[in-house]
Amino acid sequence: MSLLSFRAFHHLTRALGRSVRFCALAGLVVLALAPSVHAEPVDDALAAFAADGFDDTQKGIDILVSSGHDSAEAILAALSAGKLMVRNDDKALFIEGKAGAFTDARTGASASVDAAKLKVVRLNNRLRRSVQAALGAVTLQAPSPARRIAAARAVQRSRDPAALPAVDAALARETDNGARAALQTARAAIIVAAKDAPEAERIAAVELIAAEANPDAAALLRSVQADAPQALRTAAEEGIAGIERSLAFWNAMQNVTYGISLGSVLLLAAIGLAITFGVMGVINMAHGEMVMIGAYTTYVVQDLIRDHAPQLFGSSLFFAIPLAFLVSGAVGVAIERGVIRFLYGRPLETLLATWGISLILQQAVRTIFGPSNREVGTPDWMSGAFQLGGLSLTYNRVAIVIFAMLVFAALLLVLKKTTLGLQVRAVTQNRRMASSMGIRTDFVDAMTFGLGSGVAGIAGVALSQIDNVSPNLGQGYIIDSFMVVVFGGVGNLWGTLVGALTLGVANKFLEPYAGAVLGKIILLVAIILFIQKRPRGLFALKGRAVEA
Amino acid sequence: MLSTFAKAAKGISTFAAAALVAGSVTAASAQETIKVGVLHSLSGTMAISETTLKDVMLMLIDEQNKKGGLLGKKLEAVVVDPASNWPLFAEKARELIAQENVAAVFGCWTSVSRKSVLPVFKELNSILFYPVQYEGEESEKNVFYTGAAPNQQAIPAVDYLEKEEGVERWVLAGTDYVYPRTTNKILEAYLKGKGVKDEDIMINYTPFGHSDWQTIVSDIKKFGSSGKKTAVVSTINGDANVPFYKELANQGVKATDIPVVAFSVGEEELAGIDTGPLVGHLAAWNYFQSIDTPANEAFIKEWQAYTKNSERVTNDPMEAHVIGFNMWVKAVEKAGTTDTDKVIDAIVGIKVPNLTGGTSEMLPNHHITKPVFIGEVNAEGQFDVVWNTDDLVPGDAWSDFLEGSKDLEADWVSKKCGNFNTKTGKCGGQAS
Repeated sequence: MSLLSFRAFHHLTRALGRSVRFCALAGLVVLALAPSVHAEPVDDALAAFAADGFDDTQKGIDILVSSGHDSAEAILAALSAGKLMVRNDDKALFIEGKAGAFTDARTGASASVDAAKLKVVRLNNRLRRSVQAALGAVTLQAPSPARRIAAARAVQRSRDPAALPAVDAALARETDNGARAALQTARAAIIVAAKDAPEAERIAAVELIAAEANPDAAALLRSVQADAPQALRTAAEEGIAGIERSLAFWNAMQNVTYGISLGSVLLLAAIGLAITFGVMGVINMAHGEMVMIGAYTTYVVQDLIRDHAPQLFGSSLFFAIPLAFLVSGAVGVAIERGVIRFLYGRPLETLLATWGISLILQQAVRTIFGPSNREVGTPDWMSGAFQLGGLSLTYNRVAIVIFAMLVFAALLLVLKKTTLGLQVRAVTQNRRMASSMGIRTDFVDAMTFGLGSGVAGIAGVALSQIDNVSPNLGQGYIIDSFMVVVFGGVGNLWGTLVGALTLGVANKFLEPYAGAVLGKIILLVAIILFIQKRPRGLFALKGRAVEA
Repeated sequence: MLSTFAKAAKGISTFAAAALVAGSVTAASAQETIKVGVLHSLSGTMAISETTLKDVMLMLIDEQNKKGGLLGKKLEAVVVDPASNWPLFAEKARELIAQENVAAVFGCWTSVSRKSVLPVFKELNSILFYPVQYEGEESEKNVFYTGAAPNQQAIPAVDYLEKEEGVERWVLAGTDYVYPRTTNKILEAYLKGKGVKDEDIMINYTPFGHSDWQTIVSDIKKFGSSGKKTAVVSTINGDANVPFYKELANQGVKATDIPVVAFSVGEEELAGIDTGPLVGHLAAWNYFQSIDTPANEAFIKEWQAYTKNSERVTNDPMEAHVIGFNMWVKAVEKAGTTDTDKVIDAIVGIKVPNLTGGTSEMLPNHHITKPVFIGEVNAEGQFDVVWNTDDLVPGDAWSDFLEGSKDLEADWVSKKCGNFNTKTGKCGGQAS
């Protein structure tokens, strides 16, 4: 209690110490508070929120927490979510509910107000931290254990000594094991930092925290002041050393997962090229633009779904995948029929022509959709991260790894198990023989190029989740794609897989030491040297097909 | 030859000029116009940012013509596309000045494009208005810098983080080219001058268009877990920002834990991101669309009407063009001519209202006075202003925190010099 009032006093002096403008504001608040001296503290808090200055809001939060009023939780939650509104003319406060419904913040009764006159009570990062801590303190006794755990975590992050009594009270009543552990950690976090706590208790707290082997715990232990008692400092240092030992192992694991994730992005970008360049031998500089078209297809699909069937948004990507395949594939067939078929066997001309096509496609997209980035939303199930041991994995990266492997497997099946795949292999290995056997080589060429382009379009759907959807999207991947295909071995899908993953992991192990720029340079030099030694890449094709 | 003739014609009184033109141009009915060059990339990597600026210029010129033009003549925009290709910028600048005889050019975005056109503007003596925040360390007779110098953006932002957020550890992350490198050099010197230790500063550069931020974001997280409050100062430019912010959001780096303050992320860049998880991250600019003034409201309305898109956002470099264009118009009116030297002399000291309620002035060092705003990203993809300077800050061409630069001063009025050394009392050259 004394701590709280001290904090309020501190904020008041700080506000007064600022500028004349703030003094005037503070004066206004005092005036506004004056008539309600006999009213409940919650009214004072609401008046402070209504003033909508950052220092006033801080004061309001402090008052509200210490008031212990029933509506405190609802008001704080609304403030935190940006749903606490103040009416311009009479400074009355309202909480915005679902679908434009409003309730009076003071009474909780539903109210009908003109939304145009309302303004959100603003927060900055300092206030946001303070609201979350306050919210944690008031929700510590919430009915559901999950919410109690979340509240305990919020308190743990804030390390606010004022919350200690609330934590103790909650601990005394806690029955759920998970929530109990979270509360104890939260309590330890406060005690470690509290100078006036008994030394033995602080050391016990350090040991409790050291058991949580994560960077946050290490951060907490490092914050033990240099003037702390010797025994406490030793305990903290031991704790940090222990945490770092276990983190070193997980760091290496983390690098591998990052590498696999980067590798699967490279694989997705390159796998279409492995068909058009690797199997057909067309140097297709417009490959990146096929990826871009796939990403824009995703954007259009999401846009339509948002407008017409918002409930399907979570599955928008599943609609986008086949459509992106069809759109990019169709563009690919058009390019093959329109330009490339006249240039078979003339790699230089093909290179120049497809480069020109890539510029045309970029500018066309720029004209249609505008030059700025388009927002492609991430469905809820792909946002956020989860912990696996000491690894922190983000859902979207995991989804992309799985997706890349599925695409790879599907493509392999198409080439090995279908008639089209058989014909493709026949035509690329010996065109005239295949033609003599009655295979329509023209048709097969067009379909193969369409297949490669369509797969690139599918890659675009995945890349729209992690990169910009802009006309330049494809340019960033074209060099990497060629690198992967050449490194892995032209004409071999497995080579592309191994090449992509090798490059990804190598890149991620180099990056922490050499930096992103130098890391990339080292990798390029390594590939140049490798190609000198093995001009045909990792998995070189053998046999007559090579000479053809 | 042609340009000298045109210049001479413009220098003489309007009557004589009209007579000369009538004599040289056979078609007397052709109405004379004042040409204004627009040098922004409409294709290539930078098109994403620069196309908008071209549209703003067309709108401003359109408007000025509706008001009756300038010196009784209509303005005519000459738009060229340097295609994000730095040498092409120089070629296109030459084309604008020598062939099209433009009175002034509004253009460039990246520092490297500005450096590439500088010799052309010096040689042919024309005027460039450069609207983007940049690294400073430059002041040229032919260039007017309407964007922020480091003391109008980077330094106040760092001060804000230190005072308001209590930041003690700094990550300086940038794209690997001249603007981030120079800005970070200035910031590093500034922070060390304040007693920040080496181990509390982490500097990281990434290539243009970097898209895999997993390692760097997790490094930042690790760097931030030392127990001291950590912030990221981001000079990451262009396309790389979207994947960077997406990765921050995915790895759960919240603004309340490690705030990121960006110097190159504005409303346009946020348009491509879901800002829900980014609420609270910061940006430092001299203008935000959310600033509530009558002038800004009118500008936004006009812009959305002009582009026929009620969702189009406005941003800082757009405001810089508005200020620059209005200053140029006033200077031409004051000088009574579009002659380069006369306009350069007339424009210093010109004051025009900016869109945030203040009045910006062109200074003798060819930079302008600007207010500084710190904004936090909100869920609508806009910025809420959380701090601003009480007064306008004069742009400083030469940083006070770098050796060799702190003794230099730019003054094109009394000293006729862009790098006057106050120690040696001579124009030109770095400090000894």
